[in-house]
Amino acid sequence: MSRKTLIPIGPYHPLQEEPELFKLYCDGEIVRDIKWETGYNHRGIEKLSESKSYDQVFFLVERICGICSTSHPFAFANAVEEIVGVEITDRTKYIRSVIGELERIHSHLLWVGLAGHFLGYNTVFMWAWKYREPILDLFEMITGNRNSYAMFKVGGVRRDIEKSKIPAIRREMGVIRKKLDLLTGAVMDDPVIHARTKGVGILTRQDIIDYAAVGPTARASGVDIDVRRDDPYAAYPLVNWKVITAGAGDVFAKAEVRLLEMYESASIIEQCLDALEKLEEGNIALKINEIPAGIGTGRAEAPRGEVFHFVVSDGSNSPARHKIRAPSYTNIATFKKSCIGQTIADATISLAAVDPCYCCTERMAAAYDSSSGEKILNANELIEISMKRTKELRKSEAGHE
Amino acid sequence: MDTEAAINKLTGKFIDEIAEVTLQKGKRAIVTIRPTALLTLSEYLFKSEGFRFIIASAMHTRRGFEIYYHFSLDADGIILSLHVILDKEKPHIESLSNMFSASNWIEREMHELFGIDFLHHPNQEKLLSEGNWAEGVYPYRKEFK
Repeated sequence: MSRKTLIPIGPYHPLQEEPELFKLYCDGEIVRDIKWETGYNHRGIEKLSESKSYDQVFFLVERICGICSTSHPFAFANAVEEIVGVEITDRTKYIRSVIGELERIHSHLLWVGLAGHFLGYNTVFMWAWKYREPILDLFEMITGNRNSYAMFKVGGVRRDIEKSKIPAIRREMGVIRKKLDLLTGAVMDDPVIHARTKGVGILTRQDIIDYAAVGPTARASGVDIDVRRDDPYAAYPLVNWKVITAGAGDVFAKAEVRLLEMYESASIIEQCLDALEKLEEGNIALKINEIPAGIGTGRAEAPRGEVFHFVVSDGSNSPARHKIRAPSYTNIATFKKSCIGQTIADATISLAAVDPCYCCTERMAAAYDSSSGEKILNANELIEISMKRTKELRKSEAGHE
Repeated sequence: MDTEAAINKLTGKFIDEIAEVTLQKGKRAIVTIRPTALLTLSEYLFKSEGFRFIIASAMHTRRGFEIYYHFSLDADGIILSLHVILDKEKPHIESLSNMFSASNWIEREMHELFGIDFLHHPNQEKLLSEGNWAEGVYPYRKEFK
């Protein structure tokens, strides 16, 4: 009889957006079942929001996720502006989209780097993170912060993108395109990366529909959804861009979608800058005195997929109910489909493929034998297993040549 | 399809189950239905009309426990929310999780935070607290004077 081993990943592990515990039940090398526990860091943000004024809620929701910290204020602003019934100025729309797309670039670069690390390509990790750095510098220049930019408010934004700042952003878009060519070439043409990611962690179209997965996870399985196009907001209907999709649904397809999306983001940013140059500076926020009673639903396409905010206002200073759905809430549940039947070495990258943000620091993760409770592997060792597999593939690849 | 056409189609088919329709600004609509009709209407939206389940938002009000089931028709950018009002004392409703897995977590969450019972849920265990909270305490319930 084979021994079933329980391998916990988490609760604090760099693979995950929030502390969660995944229990992989393994039979030899193969993952047979997966269970999870959440709520290790339940902050009660929805409840907290009911005790904050609308202006304060922006700062609160910005702290839901450290990586895509503008996507929640984006969706919340859309929801509240729907209740008020205002249309923001064109200049504000362009500024919001610039921030949203810069964030997509830095978030996707972060993912590419970490995916490289898990596969044993530490050079990719170092490079991708190096290229990400100037994007954060742009944020600092525009907003004063490298993260949690505090840019959004009801009816507008808090800071303008003045003409003097535009050349620096434009220059960086040129640079990032060249770097992306390099990265995309390295990933798309590498036979070992193909071997490690193609056919691994496959999610079918039906899985996506069943779990209502969103963002690049859905688009990599051929489900063509993107809130920016489907339910247009900010400047997205005013510029030309296309939604990137792929069909295979494996880890490679998810990487492909993210890499190509960054080109689109750069193009959106450049078009927004063109428009900003033509528009007069200033006039970046409407004066909104009261939030009337009503119901608002706001959506925004975060780097990981659709962020959904549902706000009920009773006419007072703070929301009566504020429901938030982050994209990882639906995407993480797909692990049940993508991990089972994989080897442990592939489980790491299958989990990472949906990009549950990596903002939590690794603190504990260890593998225990389910019968004796004896510790077998820790998180670093798990990643090492994955890296070793790549090494072996590289060796055999070199042997063929 | 625009929002009005989608609503007309729905009301044409299920007129007896629908109590109220609120068309909102943009492509949003809230359809208040009888709680017993939730499964039928959700099945129609999900299977026949191609709507995607976004999430459900529960809320405790003076009327009782209210749930908005948000569905999105991505091709047209429509959000249609099925709205039910449940009993004040023993709130319960059929689970949607046997139709699609997307509602599994949120129903467990609502069960835990509001104490709403989801009938025939495949696994109505606690999602957030893992048994670390006191039994019978529902943090998102409100006290009305």
